[in-house]
Amino acid sequence: MIPAAFAYARPTTIDEALQAVADGGEDVKIMAGGQSLIPVMRLRLAAPETVVDLTRVAEMRGVREEGDAIVIGAMTTHSDVLSDPLIAQWAPLIADATETVADRQVRHRGTFGGALAHADPAGDLPAVALALDAEFVIAGLNGRRTVGAAEFFVDYLTTALEEGELLVEIRVPKLQGTWGMHYEKFNRVAQAWSIVAVAAAVRREGGVIAEARIGLTNMGPVPLRASGVEAALAGAEATAEAIAAAADRAAEGTSPSSDLNAQADYRQHLVTVLTRRAVTAAAGL
Amino acid sequence: MTEINVRVDGVAYADAVEPRTLLVHYLREQLGKVGTVVGCDTSNCGACTVHLDGEAVKSCTVLAVQADGCEVTTIEGIAPQGSLHPMQKAFHEMHGLQCGFCTPGMIMASIDLVNDNPNPTDDEVREGIEGNLCRCTGYQNIVRAVQQAAAEMSGGAPTSSETLGAQS
Ligand SMILES: Cc1cc2nc3c(=O)[nH]c(=O)nc-3n(C[C@H](O)[C@H](O)[C@H](O)COP(=O)(O)OP(=O)(O)OC[C@H]3O[C@@H](n4cnc5c(N)ncnc54)[C@H](O)[C@@H]3O)c2cc1C
Ligand code: FES
Ligand code: FES
Repeated sequence: MIPAAFAYARPTTIDEALQAVADGGEDVKIMAGGQSLIPVMRLRLAAPETVVDLTRVAEMRGVREEGDAIVIGAMTTHSDVLSDPLIAQWAPLIADATETVADRQVRHRGTFGGALAHADPAGDLPAVALALDAEFVIAGLNGRRTVGAAEFFVDYLTTALEEGELLVEIRVPKLQGTWGMHYEKFNRVAQAWSIVAVAAAVRREGGVIAEARIGLTNMGPVPLRASGVEAALAGAEATAEAIAAAADRAAEGTSPSSDLNAQADYRQHLVTVLTRRAVTAAAGL
Repeated sequence: MTEINVRVDGVAYADAVEPRTLLVHYLREQLGKVGTVVGCDTSNCGACTVHLDGEAVKSCTVLAVQADGCEVTTIEGIAPQGSLHPMQKAFHEMHGLQCGFCTPGMIMASIDLVNDNPNPTDDEVREGIEGNLCRCTGYQNIVRAVQQAAAEMSGGAPTSSETLGAQS
């Protein structure tokens, strides 16, 4: 199908974009890569009055280093994330998860910021941002504010972004020490969304796991941290038995949905298996 | 209506389009480039794949206005009139198609893959074309075709023994 008619704005700076959103009328949609937005507009599930296309806002693209963090522009495409040296050095978990997103055509257009702003519970990047304690820099006509990942994801397809605001960039703190990372995704067919997935970052000190961070995809309306598993892993021996025992706690506090891919209880079992695999890989075992 | 300037298969066009016009519809209906097809309504099938500034994209999931100032290559522009691109030739020789509906998109995605990875393994080909669905072939011969073309495009001999055995 063809989208309903809309007015189109193509700003080239963040300030112009904010103004275009403010001037766009009642129902404005911001377009990043369009890889989620154009499909819903084609199905007429969305029929905005105005579309503000961020494709030409060059200042929102790219990855840079800023002190103790790397800063990823919201408009950095998935394929640019995959080839970025700073991400490879400081946050390979992001690349690991991005590689599983959709297919190469969609990754050429879809963006890191768009995937986070879309906040689909089955989306792969929110749980990664949560596990890495990313911060979200949001711009409005009255200035900028920064929101932590735990506050950014509010509910199903709902974020802390208020009307008229733009997600500009995402700050990912550089982890100190030696970390191993792995994203373990379970789906049934090519280019499919996660039925469940687990993002793991593990810091080892010799034979012991000193610290672990675990993010869960599609185990509730928002991404979750598996805090029970994290607590059980802190100070645990880096052995298959200790990891399996900790991973058994992965479903604690989760509220996954039941849908045509899986029932909730199946997801709660699956998440323990995937957590074990993700932590094992991240710990280098 | 919005004015756009776009080069498609080497020819410059200046046109007025509605912002809601999808790139694939502009190509097919305004320019008559019907080699690029539409196979779904959900951005899944990849039949509409073209290259936008050299990168494979699903032209049903890009607006025509977004191609303003860009270079588009469709299946109709990958080889001079009357000749075949190595990828087209390999699909023909390796029986990489049956009904042929997925083929334009398969070929455009495969060329994009081989540009990044000149010597893909079986698994890398399957991953590389995961955004393209084929309801006929079972993919086996498509994988062989892509590997044969990759070898030809990089000037070497085919690397996989499977590739050589595929014509029987
Ligand atoms: C076939 C297919 C398979 C896919 N499979 C996966 C998958 O396996 N895993 C996965 O995670 N994703 C998947 N996706 C989605 C893909 O990751 C998209 O790229 C992503 O969800 C949206 O990114 P986008 O840049 O295209 O955003 P858009 O579609 O342009 O925007 C998405 C939403 O976010 C809002 N938005 C975007 N950017 C901003 C901003 N800077 N500030 C404020 N609001 C903003 C828009 O208004 C819109 O509501 C798939 C998509 C397709 C088409
Ligand atoms: S027509 Fe199916 S992905 Fe474009
Ligand atoms: S040859 Fe028929 S869909 Fe691929």
